[in-house]
Amino acid sequence: MRPVVLSGQVRIDGQALFPPIRLELPPGQWTSLLGPSGVGKSTLLRLIAGLPIGGSLAGRVENRPPVALMAQDPGLLPWLTTRQNAALGPRLRGQAADAARLDSILARAGLADHAAKYPAALSGGQRQRVALARTLMEDRPLVLLDEPFSALDARMRLAMQDLAAGLLIGRTVLMVTHDPAEAARLSDRICLLTEAGLTTEPTPAGPPPRAPSDPGVLACQGALLTRLTQEAAA
Amino acid sequence: MILRRIGTALAVAAGFLLAWQALVVATGLPPFLLPGPVAVAEALSSHRTVLARAVLRTATEILAGFTLGAGTGAALAVAMAGFPRLAAALRPVLLISQVIPIFALAPILTLWLGYGMAPKIVVAALICFFPVASAFLDGLMRTSPACLDLARTMGANGWREMWHLRIPMALPMLGSGLKLAAVYAPIGAVIGEWVGGSEGLGAVMIHANGRMRIDLTFAALALVTLLALAFHATVSWMVRRGFARFA
Repeated sequence: MRPVVLSGQVRIDGQALFPPIRLELPPGQWTSLLGPSGVGKSTLLRLIAGLPIGGSLAGRVENRPPVALMAQDPGLLPWLTTRQNAALGPRLRGQAADAARLDSILARAGLADHAAKYPAALSGGQRQRVALARTLMEDRPLVLLDEPFSALDARMRLAMQDLAAGLLIGRTVLMVTHDPAEAARLSDRICLLTEAGLTTEPTPAGPPPRAPSDPGVLACQGALLTRLTQEAAA
Repeated sequence: MILRRIGTALAVAAGFLLAWQALVVATGLPPFLLPGPVAVAEALSSHRTVLARAVLRTATEILAGFTLGAGTGAALAVAMAGFPRLAAALRPVLLISQVIPIFALAPILTLWLGYGMAPKIVVAALICFFPVASAFLDGLMRTSPACLDLARTMGANGWREMWHLRIPMALPMLGSGLKLAAVYAPIGAVIGEWVGGSEGLGAVMIHANGRMRIDLTFAALALVTLLALAFHATVSWMVRRGFARFA
């Protein structure tokens, strides 16, 4: 598989959000796109997903594969059970879902006991696990995560990061986040997007998910925070 | 809880009837101007065969008009949500259909469709159509953007997206429209009956009024009110039961 490459710049109302950039997603790796709110991280993700954006891209996206999307809003349908929500993709394409695969994914996401429940009966973390199961059911070459865990409390967030890292291992992932700790724990590669442009930052040693107290993770987190403040001051 | 609410309603009704009878006795107004509840009850009883027939007739018109109007309104809302160009073309037409006074339209419909049930059903349908179409279309246009993004990345085609996502998500709004239409449908049927024909509660009212039988007019009016309340309660109950999961 050739890497997905987005190059160019995004303009909204004729105004460029940042200088021309080149964002490359190496196959099989987890790339995190870190940056302050409003800088255009989610716009880049939407461009790679092929979704409409508020502005225009002066540039292009190469080798765009089919994607699976998971966002902060789990987007579960209240009239479908956990099982049906996880199989939303096949339902929307008019296909039959692979029942054995669905069961195995629900079990791996820790949802086997909740398969027949409706979203109203699930906790926030459980709903996000259903969204993760739905993303895995899609089995797409590229997984796009748009601040997927930012609405969860600290403990739930760590648990979900571990679960996602385990389930998405070996896949090409692009995760948009504004949390340096999350980027430091989960990424093979960290890109920082600010008004000044896109830079690649050093990643802690060791395979993800790394322990939140790992010295390398803490140092990386500190360095990323410093970089974010520097760019804000510049 | 429910018993208490029924108790309150009965108490209010009893108080109203007592006050009404007291007003009649105190003012000494003749029955052809203001009949008391006792006189109305007598009219209900002595004309029960005629009134029962009229109730059945009006109820049929309400049900048929509501079904026709709500069905057409809902179908049009889906079509407009699916085809934005159609929506742009039809929006002004919808509005015009709603601002034309239905009272002025009813005699023309009678002229075209005769004195049978058809013009009454059409008037009721016309009056039901707009609230349903408008509320449902609003709901269909407000699908959560997160879900639309998902549907696009999942490769849903437009009609599957409509059927599995946009329609179910808009059902609570359709429910609001249906409840509103249920209030209007009886008005439409009675207007239709007033304007032409000899059957139904509206016709009973007009004829009784002409013969100064105000007691019978009031009896028919009471039945129309009860019929409308019962219809609204039934539709509300069905909407609550049927659409609860989609809220």
